[in-house]
Amino acid sequence: MTAVLSGKEIARQLTEKFPESIIESGQDYLVVKNESLLAVAAFLKDTPELNFDYLNFITAVDYYHYFEVVYRLSSLEHNHSLVLKTHCADREDPTLPSVTGLWQGADFQEREIYDLMGINFEGHPNMKRIFLWEGFAGHPMRKDFR
Amino acid sequence: MALKTEPFVLNMGPVHPSTHGVFRMRTTLDGEVVVDIEPIFGYLHRGVEKLAEQRTYTGIIPLTDRLDYISSMNNNLAYCLAVEKLAGIKVPERAEYLRVIMAELQRIAAFLIAVGAFLNDCGAFFTPFMYMFREREKIVDLLEMVSGQRLTYNYIRVGGVSQDIPEEFLPALRTFVAQMPGFIDEYDRLLMQNEILLARAKGVGILTREQAINCAASGPVLRASGVKWDIRQADPYSIYDRFEFDIPTGTVGDCYDRYRVRVAEMRQSLRIIQQAMTQLPPGPVKAAVPHLIRPPVGEAYAHLEAPKGELGFYLVSDNSIAPYRCHIRPPSLINLTALRDMVRGWKVADLIVIFGSIDITVGEIDR
Amino acid sequence: MMPVLNFGIHHQVFIPAVPPDWPGGFWWHWLFFTVVIIAFVLTMVMGAIYIERRGMGRMQSRLGPNRTGPFGLLQPVADAIKVLLKENIVPVKADKLVHWLAPVVAFAPALMLFAVIPFQDGALLADLNIGILYIVAISSVSTVGIFMAGWASSNKYSLLGAMRNVAAIVSYEMPLVLAIVGVVLIAGSLSLNRIVIAQDIPFILLQPLGFFLFFAAGCAEINRSPFDLMEADSEIVAGFHTEYSGMKFAMFYLVEYAEAIAIAAIITTLFLGGWRGPLLPPWLWFVTKVMAVFFTMVWTRTTLPRIRIDQLMALAWKFLLPLAVINLIITAIQVLASWPDTLPWTLVMIIVNFTILAVLVLLWSKFFFRLGWGRIEV
Repeated sequence: MTAVLSGKEIARQLTEKFPESIIESGQDYLVVKNESLLAVAAFLKDTPELNFDYLNFITAVDYYHYFEVVYRLSSLEHNHSLVLKTHCADREDPTLPSVTGLWQGADFQEREIYDLMGINFEGHPNMKRIFLWEGFAGHPMRKDFR
Repeated sequence: MALKTEPFVLNMGPVHPSTHGVFRMRTTLDGEVVVDIEPIFGYLHRGVEKLAEQRTYTGIIPLTDRLDYISSMNNNLAYCLAVEKLAGIKVPERAEYLRVIMAELQRIAAFLIAVGAFLNDCGAFFTPFMYMFREREKIVDLLEMVSGQRLTYNYIRVGGVSQDIPEEFLPALRTFVAQMPGFIDEYDRLLMQNEILLARAKGVGILTREQAINCAASGPVLRASGVKWDIRQADPYSIYDRFEFDIPTGTVGDCYDRYRVRVAEMRQSLRIIQQAMTQLPPGPVKAAVPHLIRPPVGEAYAHLEAPKGELGFYLVSDNSIAPYRCHIRPPSLINLTALRDMVRGWKVADLIVIFGSIDITVGEIDR
Repeated sequence: MMPVLNFGIHHQVFIPAVPPDWPGGFWWHWLFFTVVIIAFVLTMVMGAIYIERRGMGRMQSRLGPNRTGPFGLLQPVADAIKVLLKENIVPVKADKLVHWLAPVVAFAPALMLFAVIPFQDGALLADLNIGILYIVAISSVSTVGIFMAGWASSNKYSLLGAMRNVAAIVSYEMPLVLAIVGVVLIAGSLSLNRIVIAQDIPFILLQPLGFFLFFAAGCAEINRSPFDLMEADSEIVAGFHTEYSGMKFAMFYLVEYAEAIAIAAIITTLFLGGWRGPLLPPWLWFVTKVMAVFFTMVWTRTTLPRIRIDQLMALAWKFLLPLAVINLIITAIQVLASWPDTLPWTLVMIIVNFTILAVLVLLWSKFFFRLGWGRIEV
C-alpha cells in the first residue's frame, strides 16, 4: 500500500529549510506559496529519504477567488505519496513557475492547464494551447467560462 | 562526399493509418531520418472534464466509457473507486470480485489490441491483428453477456456492479481461461522470435529507466524500462492484495520489451482471473447507494492499473450532486511525453513502430 | 534414361528459334500473341487478386470476399468496375503531364516482360536469343514510372515511397542478375525457351541458392512483402500512388499484380521447369506453377513484418550480393568440371548444392550479416 505521508510532518521539515513557505498543511496535503514552489519541489525530489521522483499528475481547480494547482507526487523507491498544492490568486494573468525542469512528465499537463484553465507556467519550453486551437477565446475549465 | 540536404516537414495525421485515431505529428525529416517531431492533440477533444461538472456522480460513468474506449471497464472502475473513496461507500464482496474479473478481462482485450496494432505497425500485414481480434471477440462476448454492451459497458457502478452475472457466464469464462494460454503461445510462435521483428523492434526507441520515471510514464511503458511498479501491487485497490501475480518487467526499455511485457501481462491477468473465479463468493452485487450522491466536501484521488498505465480520477466535491472538479489522469497523454526524445535520430519507419509500442488511445488523450 | 542435363557449353547444338507454324506469318504471330499476352495478364491478375484476397482471408482467420458470384469469384470484376467508375482526382499542385503519364510508363514494361516468356515449347511472342537480358533490362523500367508518379504527385508520402523504390531497385538488380547468371551458365543459353528445354530436372534442384536469392531479390524488385517499403501502408500511407484515383490507380494496381505475375513466371521459367511437366498440357503446368509461386508470395506477405529501408539496403549488399557471387563461382566450377550427366551423379549434385545452400546461408546469417544487429548505417 502506498504510504500517504503526513503533510504536517513534511511541513515541519520544510519550515526549517524554507521558513514561511508553507501556507497550510493537512493530513495528506501541503499548500506552499507559489514563490517557493520550485524550491520546495526540488527539495522533495532530491532529498534521499523523501525522493519524490514520480509526478503522478498536475491539475488545477478554480475556486473563483483563486486557482488551486495540485501536484501529486510519489516515490517509486519508498512507495509513498504526497499532495502538494499551491494557490494563484491573480485571475487576469495567473502565473506559476513550471516544474518541467524537475519532472519532464509535467510537460503536456502544464500545457493542458494553460489551455483549459489559463494559468501560465513560466519556464515551460513550449507554452501554448494543447487541445484547443490558437486564438480560442477564454479558458473553458474556468468556472466563469461562458 | 557529403551531400547537402535540407529537412522538410511532413504532417503525419490526423488521418493516417497508424496514428491510432486522430492523432497528428508534425515531423521534420531529413530524408528518412526524423529530426524533430511535435505531437499535436485535440482532434477528439470533447470536454469530458467540463461535462462532468454538470452531471450527477452516477451520470458521469457513461462518459468514462468513452475515454479509452477499448478499456471501458477499467475506466468505469477507476471512476467508481474515486467516488466511493470520496463518499465513503463500501462495496459488497461479490461485487469486488466481479469488478476484478471484468477489469482483468478488459486488460487482456486491450493488450490484444495493443500488441496486434503494434505488429501491424511493424508491417505484419494484419495477420497478427486479426488473430488477436479473434480472441478479443471472445472477451467482448463475455462482457456483453454481463453488460449487454460490446464496447461501452457502463457495467461497474458506484457501490458495486449494475447486475449479477448470468449463470452461463462462469462456464464460458472457464472455457476462455482454459483456452487462452494456448492462443498466447500461438502468438509467441507466430512472431516473437522472428528475425525481422527483432531487427525492427530490438534496440529501437529506448526509454531509459531514469527517463521513464522522470516522464511519469506508467503501465507497460514504465515496466518495460525495468521499473517494477504496478499499482495493483504498489497501492492495491479493490481486493488486489488477495491475488498472487508477478510483475513482468523489461530490461532495456526498447520497443521489443514493451511488446514482450504486454504479452506477459496477459498471462498474469489470466492468473488473476483464475484465482478470482475460484474465490467468487455469493451475495449481493450492489450496495445501497442513493440515486443522487452528495459526498462530503473534500477531494479524492483514486488510480488503478489500466492497460495503458496509471489511470486516475481526481474528484473535488462541494457537497452537491455534481463534482466540483473532475480531473482525469490520462496515461496515454503522459506516456507520450517522451516520444520526442525516443524518436529523434530514427527513421520514419521506426517512428511508427515506437509510436505503436507506446500504445495510445486518442479518446483518452484528448478527452 | 536420357542425359538429364547438359552442362558443358561445347555440347551445345544451335537450335534455331522456332516460330510456330500456326497461325503462320510474322504479323499474324505478332497479333495473336499480343492478344494472348494481354488476355493472359489480365486474367492472371484477376486470378491473382482473387487468390491473394481469399488466401489472405483464410490465413488471417476471416472469410475474405465471398458475396460477388460463386465463392466471390467475381470480386475482381466488381473491384475493376468500381475503380473505373471513380472520379479521377489530380492534385492542384501536381505536374499534370507527368502525373498522367506515370501509370502508362509503369504499366507498359510489366506487359512487355511476357513477350519472351514461353507458354509452351516455342509458344511465345519473340524467342529472343537474349531473352534474359531483355527481361533484366525491361523489368527495371517500371521504376521510372513509379518515380514519375511519386515526383508528380507533389505529395511527400509519394516522394518518400518513390525514393525508397528507386533505392531498392538499384540495389536489388545486382543479386537478381547474378542469381540468373547461374542458371544461364547451366543452361548455356540466354533464350528463355532454350532454358526451359534444358531443364530435364528443374533448376531449383541444381540452383537452390540461386532460387532463394532470386526469390528474395525478385520480391524486393516488385515490392512484395516483406520488402513492400514503397507502399508501406502503416508508414507512408500508400507510397507513390497516394494521390492516384480512378483508372490511373487501377493501372498501378494492375502493374503491381502484373509484375508479381511476371516475377512468378520468370521464376517458373528459370527454376521450376517452365511449361514442362507430365500428363497435363504445358500451358496448364505453366499457369499452375506461376500461381504456386504467387501463392508463396502471398504467404510471406501475410506472415512477415516489413523491414526498414536501411536494413533492406544492408540485406541486398551484405547478404544477397556476396552469396550471389559465391553461388556464381560455385556454379561456374561445377559447369567447368563437366560432370557426367547420368542420374546418380545428378543426385550427388543436388545433394551437394543443397548442402552448399544450407552451409552458406547459416554461415552468413550467423557470422557475417545479421538483420537484427540494431541500427545499421548505410
